[in-house]
Amino acid sequence: MTDTTSTTPRAKKRFRWSAVFDHSILILGSLFMLLPVFLALTTSSHDNVEIQREGLKFWFGSDIDENFGNAMFEKGGFTKTVTGMTMLMNSFILGIGFAIGKIILSMMAAYAIVYFRFRFATFAFWMIFTTILLPLEVRILPSYEVIQSIGLTNSYTGLIVPLLASATGTFFFRQFFLSVPEELVEAARIDGAGPVKFFIDILVPLSQTMIAAIFIIMFVYGWNQYLWPTLITTDEGLFTLVRGIRQIIQAYAEGSEIPEYGQAMALALIAMLPPVAIVIFFQSWFVKGLVESDK
Amino acid sequence: MANVSVKNIRKTYPNGTEAVMPCNFDIADGELVVLVGPSGCGKSTLLRMVAGLEDITDGELQIGDRVVNDLDPAERDIAMVFQNYALYPHMSVYKNMAYGLKNRGTSKEDIDHKVREASAMLNLDDYLDRRPSQLSGGQRQRVAMGRAIVRDPALFLFDEPLSNLDAKLRNQMRIEIRNLQRRLGVTAMYVTHDQVEAMTMADRIFVLNAGRIEQVGTPSEIYRTPASTFVASFMGAPPMNLLPATYNGNGSVHLNGETSLKVDAPKDHIGDIQLGIRPEEVKLATGKSATPFKLELIEELGASRLLHGKLAGHDFTVNAPNNDAPLADNLMLDIPSDALHMFDHETGKRL
Ligand SMILES: Nc1ncnc2c1ncn2[C@@H]1O[C@H](COP(=O)(O)OP(=O)(O)OP(=O)(O)O)[C@@H](O)[C@H]1O
Ligand SMILES: [Mg+2]
Repeated sequence: MTDTTSTTPRAKKRFRWSAVFDHSILILGSLFMLLPVFLALTTSSHDNVEIQREGLKFWFGSDIDENFGNAMFEKGGFTKTVTGMTMLMNSFILGIGFAIGKIILSMMAAYAIVYFRFRFATFAFWMIFTTILLPLEVRILPSYEVIQSIGLTNSYTGLIVPLLASATGTFFFRQFFLSVPEELVEAARIDGAGPVKFFIDILVPLSQTMIAAIFIIMFVYGWNQYLWPTLITTDEGLFTLVRGIRQIIQAYAEGSEIPEYGQAMALALIAMLPPVAIVIFFQSWFVKGLVESDK
Repeated sequence: MANVSVKNIRKTYPNGTEAVMPCNFDIADGELVVLVGPSGCGKSTLLRMVAGLEDITDGELQIGDRVVNDLDPAERDIAMVFQNYALYPHMSVYKNMAYGLKNRGTSKEDIDHKVREASAMLNLDDYLDRRPSQLSGGQRQRVAMGRAIVRDPALFLFDEPLSNLDAKLRNQMRIEIRNLQRRLGVTAMYVTHDQVEAMTMADRIFVLNAGRIEQVGTPSEIYRTPASTFVASFMGAPPMNLLPATYNGNGSVHLNGETSLKVDAPKDHIGDIQLGIRPEEVKLATGKSATPFKLELIEELGASRLLHGKLAGHDFTVNAPNNDAPLADNLMLDIPSDALHMFDHETGKRL
């Protein structure tokens, strides 16, 4: 007893110093990461002329409402028809459509590969898997060619569908399905659950965590798409936020006017929020899934 | 409720493994049959063929008066309990039990009635809302039982349902399962490699060896008259002593030349045999007619103790009552003539 009481304070002290050290590193690290975001925020609160003249600003100015308001609600772009809201909505459609489409597609592909013993299942899997070597950037011209020839340019379908085909999701779901005990499948068969019922009643609920994880990854991936939307949409009504930021700067830089730096910064900040929110929201879901199911 | 009839059933896996050789048997209505045998002998394969989880390569399987070879598991009117329970982790206990009924299109009230009846029978009333992960092993096993019961099947199939439980719980669940099966009067096939389970639960035991049914019999038949050295050494703990011997045809067997033992019924098989003696049928003795035994090691079991040593130069085990008496190295054994089992030297079949 006496031994413990005498050693505890010393142990505590040593512990505290290392904690201070660890924390300072972590804090420094996060400050470093957050600084650009902060600069974007402060800069977005200044007048365009001022930004043009003096560069990035390190403290808040007075134009924050105006810049955010204009960014979101002022009709801008070449045709003066798109507001930030439209772009925000387009980004959501792309991000969510992409994530959901991808989850459905890859889950079903993985289901077929794992649970149905058709002849070329392994071959099919490896075929799908090798497409990892062919990301969109590599096949972008043929993809564009196909989409254009079937007339899907400037449409949400054309924006989303070509991106859905990729192997990562299928691969993750396959690995997950392989870890589901065989006996669960058999119990379900005895309980009279056919392939569709088994998929919907058993496999999908079991995959909750997996779905959440893939949703996060895919949503952010879809949200941040730049190259493909740039290529496939010329109609400004279909512009996404990421695309729009550049458009603001470019449109004006080409003219004689001063680029709307403030608005661009505001838009960049807004573009950052949904992915952050999604990660935070699904994170709690993640933990819940991990705690409650013990597959 | 139904009888099961199996004709020349056989299983060859796609990779060529002959897991079950052609076999024939019938199971009477309400009977509990235990399939027992060493690992890899084909117990699970046989059971899974009956369940419909594994295709039947050849032969005919009849449950009740239907040939069910080509029916889906769900249509065979069976219920199966798995070793690792195979409960649906994301469903509550109630839903786990109800799921099969729901798929059959049973009405909500009927489902509720049946689930509550089963849960009352299995003392699961307080756990209906829990997830399987929030239950103990024994409770999970009960839920698995409940899932089987609510279906009101013609045949229960158990694949080593107790091997994930600790010894004490296993004893308890063994009795529970047995009672339940009796009470419901449902025919059952029960796979285990635990011979205590086999002996205590079975109406009849099927001993399997390398895909063949080696012997079929009541527990006491299997114990008293094992059909082969395999059954003899597999059933019984500690296993039966098996010694090479010669039989001269006139009522005695010779071990190693010098030691000889009297046998009851003269057999016409003269020459080399294998002699089987159960450790618990041998007594310590002092008389002249007794057989000398060289003691090497004592294992205390509490109620009794196992004496390991040599009899006529061969390893031999005696199960002696424990009376704490110190034992000398050289003992005399009294081996009654009706404790001798004689087996063919080559085939291991009972003579
Ligand atoms: N899917 C399969 N494909 C090929 N061979 C198999 C398959 N399943 C089992 N076997 C083989 O069939 C034989 C019988 O297997 P089975 O699972 O029936 O044994 P078991 O008696 O249940 O053993 P245990 O007590 O270990 O469960 C074994 O030799 C095994 O290797
Ligand atoms: Mg088995």
